[in-house]
Amino acid sequence: MEKHLGNEPILTIENLKKSFGELEVIKDVSLAIEPKEVVVIIGPSGTGKSTMLQCVNLLTKPTAGKIYLENQEITAPSINADKVRQRIGMVFQEFNLFNHLTAIENVTIGMTKVLGMKNTEARNKGMYELERVGLAEQATKYPSQLSGGQKQRVGIARALGMDPHIMLFDEPTSALDPELTGEVLNVMRKLALEGMTMMVVSHEMSFAREVADRIIFMDEGYIVEQGSPHKLFNNPKSERTRRFLSMIGSINREK
Amino acid sequence: MLIMEKIQNFFLLLRYLLPGLGITISVTIIALAVGFFLGTIMAVIRVYGGRILSGLAASYSVIVRAVPVVVTIFILYFVIAEFINLTPFLSGTLALGFTSGAYQSEIFRGAILSVPPGQMVAARAIGMSRRKAVSSIILPQAIRLSIPAWSNEVTLVLKDSTLVYIIGVPEILRRAQWISARNLEPFMTYISAATFYIVITFLISQGLDFLERRYKVEM
Repeated sequence: MEKHLGNEPILTIENLKKSFGELEVIKDVSLAIEPKEVVVIIGPSGTGKSTMLQCVNLLTKPTAGKIYLENQEITAPSINADKVRQRIGMVFQEFNLFNHLTAIENVTIGMTKVLGMKNTEARNKGMYELERVGLAEQATKYPSQLSGGQKQRVGIARALGMDPHIMLFDEPTSALDPELTGEVLNVMRKLALEGMTMMVVSHEMSFAREVADRIIFMDEGYIVEQGSPHKLFNNPKSERTRRFLSMIGSINREK
Repeated sequence: MLIMEKIQNFFLLLRYLLPGLGITISVTIIALAVGFFLGTIMAVIRVYGGRILSGLAASYSVIVRAVPVVVTIFILYFVIAEFINLTPFLSGTLALGFTSGAYQSEIFRGAILSVPPGQMVAARAIGMSRRKAVSSIILPQAIRLSIPAWSNEVTLVLKDSTLVYIIGVPEILRRAQWISARNLEPFMTYISAATFYIVITFLISQGLDFLERRYKVEM
């Protein structure tokens, strides 16, 4: 599955560092992501994968380093973070749907309150986004009335509603029962095929193998190794990668 | 028939007290509205404001809650009203409103803090400013969460509204006092006054229970 990727990176991370007090979570990470690329980030927990996504979305301020989105340095002090976040879609492990709003209102509130769209226009676009994730019939339900998988699909629709240039997924299926992960991964697979640029932190190895253009293995605040799924899963160069993959039982099992 | 006479008397008393009901209700509603306005603003300041502002709001809450409401009424009526033209009605109502504002700020602050933190993160992630996230995501949920505590505050303010009788506002209790001084039947008179409070409190709590069920937010 070769994709034609653009040459100009959409997102560039340069020497990113992030500490929480004494704890150095990201020690030194540099990374460039091309348009339409799907990058899956794997690695043991606590190695800074989610923190990196939060830095990209400016939800956390990096300790050092620069991040560029479409050639604009978004870590510059003069930047309007709200404007930057409008271009970046984020999907959370815990869904974080707005509890007091129905599915459709969850999707449209950003369009009306942030983008200033008219109500009817937002509603049409909201329904289109819900259809994309297969939830048009659940539009008027509240989050508490939806299953975990459905909640996460609404979460994806909410992010899509803002027409993001890149989507970040922070362990989107980790909080789901195993039988519900499939519906979420299917939606993500579809997005990847449509050409969405995606950064996915996930433990879903079969998804990574099938959908990712590139796998990044992170450990202890560094990128240890990266490459195509085929290369990384079948022939990991680093001992640490090999140990991690064998620990989660994913080495050399590609069909 | 003695019983019939008593019942007739009771309804007659209710009719005499009725004009006071309007004043009691106005005092309560205005005080609650003032308190709601002050309470939400101070709750937001205490949670999201800087150290100085939130310190000021916290001090307000501590001081105002420590002062007996009657003292606040006297301060407004005998001190502040010297400088600004305040009628007894306004002095009493505002005093109750300022006090309720302190209590309501505690209610809303607790409710804001009980909204899961992920709600703010998700709101910021779709590009909302902090201000917008607070007004369209956090506060609507916090206010729904605070309905049970708030309905308690409504009944407290309703009952505290009797205190404005001290500065001569003719609400239910004041009228009851006038009547009992004339008919020399304090028992019947104050029972009638109490009936008003029981009925209003019952209606209010029914109404707010309905709102609570209707706008319940499941986390």
